[in-house]
Amino acid sequence: MNWLIENAGQIWQLTLIHAGLSVPPIIVGLVLSVPIGWLANRYRASRGTVLAIVGILYAVPSLPLFLVLPSIIGTKVLDPANVVISLSIYAVAIMVRTASDAFAAVDVDVLLAATAVGFSTWRRFWSVELPLAGPVLLSGIRVVSVSTISLVSVGSVIGVPSLGYFFLRGFQVGFPLEIGVGIVGTIVIAVVFDLILAGLGRVLMPWTHRRSRRTRVAIRDETPELVEAA
Amino acid sequence: MIEFRSVTKEFPDGTVAVRDFSLVIPSRRITVLVGSSGSGKTTILRMINRMVDPTSGVIEIDGNDVSTLEPVKLRRSIGYVMQNSGLLPHRKVADNIATVPLLRGVKRKDARVRALELMDAVGLDRSLADRYPSQLSGGQQQRVGVARGLAVDPNILLLDEPFGAVDPLVRAELQQELLRLQHDLDKTVVFVTHDIDEAFLLGHQVVIFKKGGLVAQVGTPQEILADPADEFVAKFIGADRGKRALRVRSEAGRDVLVDSEGRAAGVLVTDDDEAGAVAAASGASAQGDQPR
Repeated sequence: MNWLIENAGQIWQLTLIHAGLSVPPIIVGLVLSVPIGWLANRYRASRGTVLAIVGILYAVPSLPLFLVLPSIIGTKVLDPANVVISLSIYAVAIMVRTASDAFAAVDVDVLLAATAVGFSTWRRFWSVELPLAGPVLLSGIRVVSVSTISLVSVGSVIGVPSLGYFFLRGFQVGFPLEIGVGIVGTIVIAVVFDLILAGLGRVLMPWTHRRSRRTRVAIRDETPELVEAA
Repeated sequence: MIEFRSVTKEFPDGTVAVRDFSLVIPSRRITVLVGSSGSGKTTILRMINRMVDPTSGVIEIDGNDVSTLEPVKLRRSIGYVMQNSGLLPHRKVADNIATVPLLRGVKRKDARVRALELMDAVGLDRSLADRYPSQLSGGQQQRVGVARGLAVDPNILLLDEPFGAVDPLVRAELQQELLRLQHDLDKTVVFVTHDIDEAFLLGHQVVIFKKGGLVAQVGTPQEILADPADEFVAKFIGADRGKRALRVRSEAGRDVLVDSEGRAAGVLVTDDDEAGAVAAASGASAQGDQPR
C-alpha cells in the first residue's frame, strides 16, 4: 500500500501520458479510414485489394515496427512519435474494413432519395452518408480505442514511457502490485475512453436511441389512422 | 408539359429498359405509368429529373431540353416521392419535410414554419414534427414523403409507387388525399404503379407498358376500358373478368349490375335519377368503369 501512495504522482503522470499517446492514433485512424473506406465501398473492384493491403499492415508486429520506423522517417529511437505513427497504422488497418462496411450498410434507397430531391454528391456525403454510417463507424472506433490503449504499453519496451513501464518493471523485480497497477490503469483508461466514445455517439446520433419507443409509438399512432380510414 | 420524343435507354449491361418512347404529359393532370416490374416505367420517371439520362432521344419540360439543365438544380425544383418514403432516418419529421428548402438556402425558421403547414396539408398531426421517421407508421411516413415532395411548391411531382408498401385501407385514404391535393394545388403529377386499379382511380391519362419499355396503350381510363388496344391490355386491365366485366340483370323492375361471378356490383342509373341510387358499390371501382 505504501508503494501506491509513494508512487501516486508517477502513476497519475504515466496514466496521463498513456492516455495522451492513445488519442492521436484513434483520431488519425478515423480520419484516414473514412475516405479510404468510402472509396473501397464506392469502387467495389478496389475493395478486395484495399482490404488486403490494410490486412497486411495489421500483420506487421509492433515491436519491430517501433524500432524500424525511425530509420524510415528519420525520428529519434526514443521519440514518442514512433509509437504514435505505428499505432496510427494499426488503427487505420482495423478501421478501413469497418468504415467500408459502415458505408455499405447505409440504405441505398435513402441515398437514392437524397439524390432525387437534390443533394449534390459532396453534400450527400456529409449530410446523409457519413451520419448514417455513424453507428458502425462508432463501433469500429471503440475497438480501435481499446486496441490502441493496450498497444501503447508495448512502447515501454523501447523506452517510450506509458503505464507499460509498471508491468515491465514489476516483472523485472518480481513485484505483483506494480504489475497490477499497470494492468488496472490500462483497463481504466480503456473504459473511460469507451464511455466517452459511447457518450459522443449518443449526442451526435440521437436518432439511434429512439428505437426502443418505436413499437409503442407505432401502435398508438396506427389506431386513429385506421379509424379514420374506416 | 413534359414531352418525351423517341427516348431509348440502354443500360451498360445491354438491357434495353425503354425503347423509342414518345409521350406528352399534360400540365396540371395526373399521368399514371402502369406496368409490371421490368417494364421501364420507373426508368422513364427518373429520366424526368435526370436521375437517369437517356441513351438517345429528347425530354423536354415546358420546351426546355432537360439535358441542358443542371441535374442538382433540376431535382430541387421537382417533387419526388418514392416507395418506403426514402426519408432521412437521422432527421426529424419537420427537418425531413424541410430538406429541399434548406438545400435551397431557406432560413431554418422559415423552413420549419412551412414544414408545419405542409404537415397540416397532408393530414399529419403537428405533434409528430419532432419524431424520427422510424417512430411513425408506414402510412404516416408516406405522408411525410408527400409533404417533402411538395415543400418547394414544385410544378411537377414525381411519385414512384408511393403507396405500394402500405396496407389497403391506408392506401385508399392516401389515394383520396392525393386526388384532393392535386385538385387543390394543380400540380403536374407523374405516378408510377403496377396496380391497374390505382392507375384508373388516379389517372387522367394512363400509359400501360409491356415488358422492355414498350407502350401497349395510352388513353383515359374510360378510353382504355371501352377499347383495349390488344389482348395484352384487355388481360392486364382484367376487362374480361371480375368487377370490370359487369352484366345487366333485371331485378324487381330495376337494372342491377352483376360481375362475372354473378355478385351484385350496383344498379344502373341514368343521369336523371342518379340522386336516387349509388352507382358503383364496389369499393375501389375506377371512375367511369361501369357501362352506361
